[in-house]
Amino acid sequence: MPITSPETYWWKPADKQEKIWITVAIIWCLILFTMMPLWHFVGGQNPSVEPMKIRPDDFEKVASAFIEKYKVGEEAGIPVVKPPDGADVYLKGQMWNWVPILELKKGVNYKFHISSVDLMHGFGLQPLNMNFQIVPGHDNILNLTPSTSGTFHIICNEFCGVGHHTMVGKIVVKD
Amino acid sequence: MANEMEFRTCPITGKKVYATTQNLMWINAVTAVVFILIGGIMALLVALTRWPAVHLLSPEWFYKALTAHGLNMLIFWIIFFEVAGLYFGSSVVLNSRLAAPKVAWLAYILMLVGSILVDVMVFTDNATVMFSSYVPLQAHPLYYLGIILFAVGALTACGIFFGTLAIAKADKTYEGSLPLFTFGLSAAAIIAVFTLACGAIIYIPTFLWSLGVIKNLDPAMYRLLFWGLGHSSQQINVTAMVSIWYLLGALTVGAKPVNEKICRTAFVLYILFINLASEHHLLTDPTLSPAHKVFNTSYFLYLAVLASMIHALAIPMAVEVAQRKKGYTKGLFEWLTKAPWGEPGFPAMIFSLLIFGFIGGITGVVYGTEQLSIKSHNTWAMTGHFHATVVGGTTLAFMGLTYYVIPLIFRREIIGKKWASAQPYVYAAGMILLILGMAGAGTLGSPRRHWDVTFADSIIPFSFDPTVLLFTTIAALGGILAAVGGAMYVGVSVLSVFLGRKLAPNEAKLVY
Ligand code: HEM
Ligand SMILES: [Cu+2]
Ligand SMILES: [Cu+2]
Repeated sequence: MPITSPETYWWKPADKQEKIWITVAIIWCLILFTMMPLWHFVGGQNPSVEPMKIRPDDFEKVASAFIEKYKVGEEAGIPVVKPPDGADVYLKGQMWNWVPILELKKGVNYKFHISSVDLMHGFGLQPLNMNFQIVPGHDNILNLTPSTSGTFHIICNEFCGVGHHTMVGKIVVKD
Repeated sequence: MANEMEFRTCPITGKKVYATTQNLMWINAVTAVVFILIGGIMALLVALTRWPAVHLLSPEWFYKALTAHGLNMLIFWIIFFEVAGLYFGSSVVLNSRLAAPKVAWLAYILMLVGSILVDVMVFTDNATVMFSSYVPLQAHPLYYLGIILFAVGALTACGIFFGTLAIAKADKTYEGSLPLFTFGLSAAAIIAVFTLACGAIIYIPTFLWSLGVIKNLDPAMYRLLFWGLGHSSQQINVTAMVSIWYLLGALTVGAKPVNEKICRTAFVLYILFINLASEHHLLTDPTLSPAHKVFNTSYFLYLAVLASMIHALAIPMAVEVAQRKKGYTKGLFEWLTKAPWGEPGFPAMIFSLLIFGFIGGITGVVYGTEQLSIKSHNTWAMTGHFHATVVGGTTLAFMGLTYYVIPLIFRREIIGKKWASAQPYVYAAGMILLILGMAGAGTLGSPRRHWDVTFADSIIPFSFDPTVLLFTTIAALGGILAAVGGAMYVGVSVLSVFLGRKLAPNEAKLVY
C-alpha cells in the first residue's frame, strides 16, 4: 500500500518492462532536447531575439515621430502609416488601440518594435495566429517579412481593462 | 478543542486517526468545497458569456467573474484541499499526532481571512485584475494583503506537515522508510516552500507599490517572479495529484507500487527540475535572451516530463498487477474491464490520469516549445491546456478521493451513492468537451480572457473564421455539462458531510 512503509529493502533493480519503457521515454526526451536548439538555429521562426528596455514615454516619442514622418492617411481616427522598405516600424499598444495602421510591402523585411505605453497588451496577429506578450518598458523586437498580401488584423489577447475586447489593429500588405 | 492525544483506530486501514487531525482535515476540506462552489458558479457564468449565443454577463461582470473564477478555483479550492491532504499524509498515514494543532488552526484562520479579503475586493470592483494581477494593472492594497495572508497560512501548514514528519520519526510511529504517499506529499511540500518564497518576493513589493510606498515596479520582473509562484504551484498540484492516484489505486483495487525505487526517483525528478520550467510562460516576452530560452526549453522541461512518463507506467502497472492477482487474467485487458468502474474512485483516477497525461501533457509539451508558444500564447488553447491539467487532472483526482475521505475520516455514510458513482463520468465528459472546444478555437486564434469573440464593438471591424464559433459552442456545452458534474460533487459531499448517517466506530464502509 502507498500508505504503509515498504515492507522490505526497496532499492531494487527495475523490471525488464520498466527498463524498456524508461529507455523509450529517455530517448524521446533526448530527441526533443536536441530539436529545441536545432529548430532555433535552422527554423528561423523565433520570438524576439533582442531583449531591450525602453521607457514608455520614450517609446511614445519615437512612435509619434515615426507616425508623423510616414503618415499617408487616417482611418477611424487612427493614422495610416506607410514606412519605406526595410525601415524600423513602431507599433504602439495603448488602451484600447494598436497605433498606427500599417501599410507594408510583400517580401520586404521590416524590423518591428512593439511596446505598450500603459498596461500589458497581447499582440495577436490574425488570421496567422502569431502571439507576443507586449510589456510596458520593454521593446519586443521582431524581424518580419510579409510573405502574402492581404489584410491582417491585430487583436489584443492580454486583459487590459474593460475595453480589452474592442482593441483591434490592422496591417495591410500590398504586392 | 479536542484533547491532543485522543485517537481512534480506522477499521479498514488500521491507522490511528487523532481527533485534532480529523477536525483540521474537516474544516479545511469543507472550506475547499465552499470555494469550488463559488468558483463553479463563476465558471458557468463565464462559459455562458463566452458563448455568443447567450452572451450572459456585461463586460464589467465578465472580467470580475473571471478573476473570481481563477482565484477561487486555482488558489482557494486547490490549496485548502491540499492542506487537508497534508495533515492526512503526515498524521494519519504515519499514525502520529499532529505537530502544533493550535498553530495549524492559526494557519487555517490566516488562509480563510486572506481568501475572504480577496473575494470581497474582487466582488466590490476593487480588484478586476485576473488572478495574475500583472503590474502595472493595480488592485486595492487589501487584495494583495489577502493573498499574502493566504500564502503565509499555506506556508505555515507546510511547516506543520514537516513538524509532524519529525515527531513521527522521533516517536517511531512507523518503521523503515516513509510510505510512498507521504513521500510524494513531501516532494509537493518542498516545492511549495520554494513557490511561496517566490510569492513573498513578488507580492510584498507589489503590496507596497499599491500603497504608493514603492514608485516603480518592472512589469517584466513581476511576470518572471509571478510565474515562479504561479507555475511552480502547479507542480505542487501535479505532485499531490500523482500521490492521490497511487492512493486511489490502493483504495479501489488494492494496487501496490511495483517498484518503489522508480516511483520515488520520479518524485525526486519533480523537485529538481520542475521549477525552472516556470519560465516557459515568458517565451514570447521581450525579456529573456535566446540562449536562455533554448536552454530552458530544451533541458529542464524534459526531465520533469520524464518523471510524469514514469508515473504513467507505474500506476496502470500497479493496477494491472493487483487485478491479475485477483484472477482477472483473461486476455490482455480483463484486468481493466473487470475493474470497479461503478465505484467513484476508480473512474476518477483513470480519467484524471488520461486527461492529465494525454491532453494536458501533450498540449503542455507542444505549447512549451519556443516557436509553438507563438501559436498558442494567450489564446484559448492555453486555457484548454490548463483545464486538462489542473481541472481534468488535479480537481478530478481530489473529487475521487473525497468519496473515501467522507466515510473513512469524517465517519459519515455517503448520501446519493449512485450520484457519486456517476459524477466522475459527467465531469470528465464535460471537461473533455470544454478542453477540445477551447483548444480548437484557440488554435484558430481565439483569445483568452475576452468578452466578445465577435468583436461587435471594435472600431476596426474584424471577425474570425466561423469555425471559431463552432468550437466556442462545443466549449460552452462542455462547460455546462462540467458544471452539472461539479454541482453533483458539491451536492453529494455537502449532504453527506452534514446529513449522512454517522458511522459506528468499527463500521467499515468503503465499497459502493
Ligand atoms: C465546471 C467547471 C469549469 C468550467 C466550465 C470552466 C470554464 C472556464 C472558462 C470558460 C474560462 C474562461 C476562459 C477565458 O475567457 O479566458 C476559465 C478560466 C479559468 N479556469 Fe476554469 N472552468 C471550470 C473549472 C475550473 C477549475 C476546477 C479550475 C482550477 C482548479 C479552473 C481554473 C481556471 C483558471 C485558472 C482560469 C483562467 C482565468 C484567467 O484567465 O485569469 N477552472 N474556466
Ligand atoms: Cu490591450
Ligand atoms: Cu487587452
